[in-house]
Amino acid sequence: MEPRPPDAFLNELASIFPAGRLLTRNAELMAYESDALTAYRVRPYAVVIPERQDEVIDAVRVCSKFKIPFVARGSGTGLSGGSLPAADGIVITMNRLNRILKVDAEERTAVVEAGVINLDVSKAAAPYGLYYAPDPSSQPICTIGGNIAFNSGGAHCLKYGTTSNHVLSIKAVLPDGELVQLGCDSLEGSGPDLIGLFVGSEGQLGIALEVTLRLMNRPEAFITVLASYNSLRSAGDTVARVVAAGLLPGAMEIMDRLAIQAAEASVHAGYPPDAAAVLIVELEGDRHQVDAEFNILRQVIETSQAQEIRVAQDENERMRIWKGRKSAFSAVGRLSPDYLVQDGVVPRGRLGEALEEIGQLSLKYGLRVANVFHAGDGNLHPLILFNGRSPGELELAEKLAGDILMMCIRHGGSITGEHGIGVEKRQYLPAMFNQRDIEVMQRLRKAFDPQEIANRGKVFLPA
Amino acid sequence: MNMANGRIERIQKMLEQNMRLLPRGGGTKSALSTPARDEKSLDMAGFSGMIEYIPEEFTFTAYAGTPLSEVVQILYEHGQYLPFDPPLVERGATLGGTVASGLSGSCRYRFGGVRDFILGVRFIDGRGELISAGGKVVKNVAGYDFPKLMVGSLGGLGIMVELSFKVFPRPQAYATWHRSFGSLEEALQIMKRASMAQIPLEALDLQVQNPGFTLWLRIGGLSSVLPFRISRLLEIIGEGHMLEDVDDEQYWDQVREFSWVPAGHSLVKVALTPKSIPALEAYLEGKPILRRYAAGGQAAWIALDDSPRLLDPELKDRGLSGLVIWGPPGFPRLGELRGTSFLRRVKVSLDPAFRFTEV
Repeated sequence: MEPRPPDAFLNELASIFPAGRLLTRNAELMAYESDALTAYRVRPYAVVIPERQDEVIDAVRVCSKFKIPFVARGSGTGLSGGSLPAADGIVITMNRLNRILKVDAEERTAVVEAGVINLDVSKAAAPYGLYYAPDPSSQPICTIGGNIAFNSGGAHCLKYGTTSNHVLSIKAVLPDGELVQLGCDSLEGSGPDLIGLFVGSEGQLGIALEVTLRLMNRPEAFITVLASYNSLRSAGDTVARVVAAGLLPGAMEIMDRLAIQAAEASVHAGYPPDAAAVLIVELEGDRHQVDAEFNILRQVIETSQAQEIRVAQDENERMRIWKGRKSAFSAVGRLSPDYLVQDGVVPRGRLGEALEEIGQLSLKYGLRVANVFHAGDGNLHPLILFNGRSPGELELAEKLAGDILMMCIRHGGSITGEHGIGVEKRQYLPAMFNQRDIEVMQRLRKAFDPQEIANRGKVFLPA
Repeated sequence: MNMANGRIERIQKMLEQNMRLLPRGGGTKSALSTPARDEKSLDMAGFSGMIEYIPEEFTFTAYAGTPLSEVVQILYEHGQYLPFDPPLVERGATLGGTVASGLSGSCRYRFGGVRDFILGVRFIDGRGELISAGGKVVKNVAGYDFPKLMVGSLGGLGIMVELSFKVFPRPQAYATWHRSFGSLEEALQIMKRASMAQIPLEALDLQVQNPGFTLWLRIGGLSSVLPFRISRLLEIIGEGHMLEDVDDEQYWDQVREFSWVPAGHSLVKVALTPKSIPALEAYLEGKPILRRYAAGGQAAWIALDDSPRLLDPELKDRGLSGLVIWGPPGFPRLGELRGTSFLRRVKVSLDPAFRFTEV
């Protein structure tokens, strides 16, 4: 028999949410069973669809009263199962809290609700020559609230950091229903950096409702270079040489053969189809500096065994190059019924080595692995292709993924650079931190949420 | 490591004996490192030295008591720098003290503050346990972000032992424009224009002269590009005087060391935005209080020959928060405190027996 929520709990939710915004029928709940990590599926008790901040607060308070787990969900683009429901819990969808409340061009800030889509912030800021810097590949869909929960990154984090570096203040509801205001409008603060702690806490310290984001001046000039290589290692080594030349590009990305072919088939980005790897380097800033940096970059790339070097001639060509890169995950998805995306980080100098090891693991397990990654950050995104219908293949893919994560730790890196631990990497957290380190995180969590109802079952393995 | 381990055990023993500890690095921020009431000063000088620095990775790990001057020198030799421009380098400030006080300097304007560059931390919590958090690579979201939480923690959440940071390549050359104004309005107008400019500025400070105001704009970059940036910046600010090479270096060294603050004065940092400057100036104008608005008006440094607590109600009225850097010991936070109930939960989980100072 399917678990049923207490009637009194559902009645209280029904007193907040009208029919149509409280979903309980199986057919309605199916869409919320998983996020972008589709290998995991859990059907929640119910889904509530708030349209106002006070409805989110009320929903959390009802959950707290009945000790029912909840997970806030934006657009469900998370790749670590971070918004996977609990079987005995509810999903609070945040998409309808999507108002951009203010764009302050002089202060260079935007005040938005948590359900606002990432790219919509930049669109609202564009008339003022401003933009919101963090740019996860899912930016046309993913929400700011989700970005905050997972401290999302993107291709352009090398210079200006991830979400955490762009959030000034947060109004949030804590797991017991208390409303708090963290941070202020200034880039500077006084006292412990509570914003820093909240961002990336994977929804376990509360739900962000309204946030003030920092906007940046849109660069005057971009130069986007695409270089192709006949080996992944040469592309990886070039990254280290670019950095060693003292350059700080806005982005440095690499895609391997499989990813290139998939992106080509999908969006016709114009990548050289026979290359073993392409390296994308983007310089940005004022015209004179970008031109001077390009001279340095050109020398580095020309002496790097690049087979072909292409420089985007206009904004259209630049956007086409980026479209290929940003659609790579979904494009690779077309090559295979299922895939797992990993998110490990290695020191930049170990990139070449790490990629070769991934290649060997791919052969060992007999599963194809496509590589698309933020090379400048050492942030790998191996996509492990498998067929979930073939018995045992998911387990095999997960084992391969685990081997990649352990390799990242061995190289002194991390198991996740921007996707979060979620449900997927819980078992690897103890490989990176010892028991004491993990216990102190859990104690912190319990100080906020003694019932452990906020995003239960994530980050930490259940006891 | 063995050296550090012995010292860590000694600290753990002190905590076991119910002692209340306040870490002290270089002692350059008297209001934050002078123990109050029953607190005992814990000298962090023994936790000093670079542990790991790989120039190609643009990251390093050092003991928390390492003097900034040592870090700055090592990075300089490899063409790198701390982009958050920590203050009080020559006076002897340490990495740990900089993180605990959450202080960044004028040149944080370009790429961000200390919070934006910290990667990892090892600290002793109130239970006496040695905790590692964050990592040593430039991107990492595994586990809660304790490294950032330690920024501004004032010694109240743990005793930092080791810290990891990312760094950037140092600009090849710098230059600074300065221009004086009779009215605040005019100075703020030009400051706004400069902040919207397409040329990235390293620093954008407004110095209050009594009478008058001076805007200081620093630019950096490749040597071959600097002349272009210098002339474009002049177009934006209209007119001004320029400092180059050694003059530029020396000027910002003095700013970094607070040479403009007379001995014996209290020093307060206020977090704000340019919009709050007129209201704050309306209160401060005509009073014997020195001030400088740094990093594009995101921080105010206020110096006075009086109790810094005088500013508390004024900041509260304006919805601003401050931190006493130099001054008498005691609770150093001024003005509006936000997120106090959130912070209380953090404090209870990391320091349940209140072994560390109030924060």
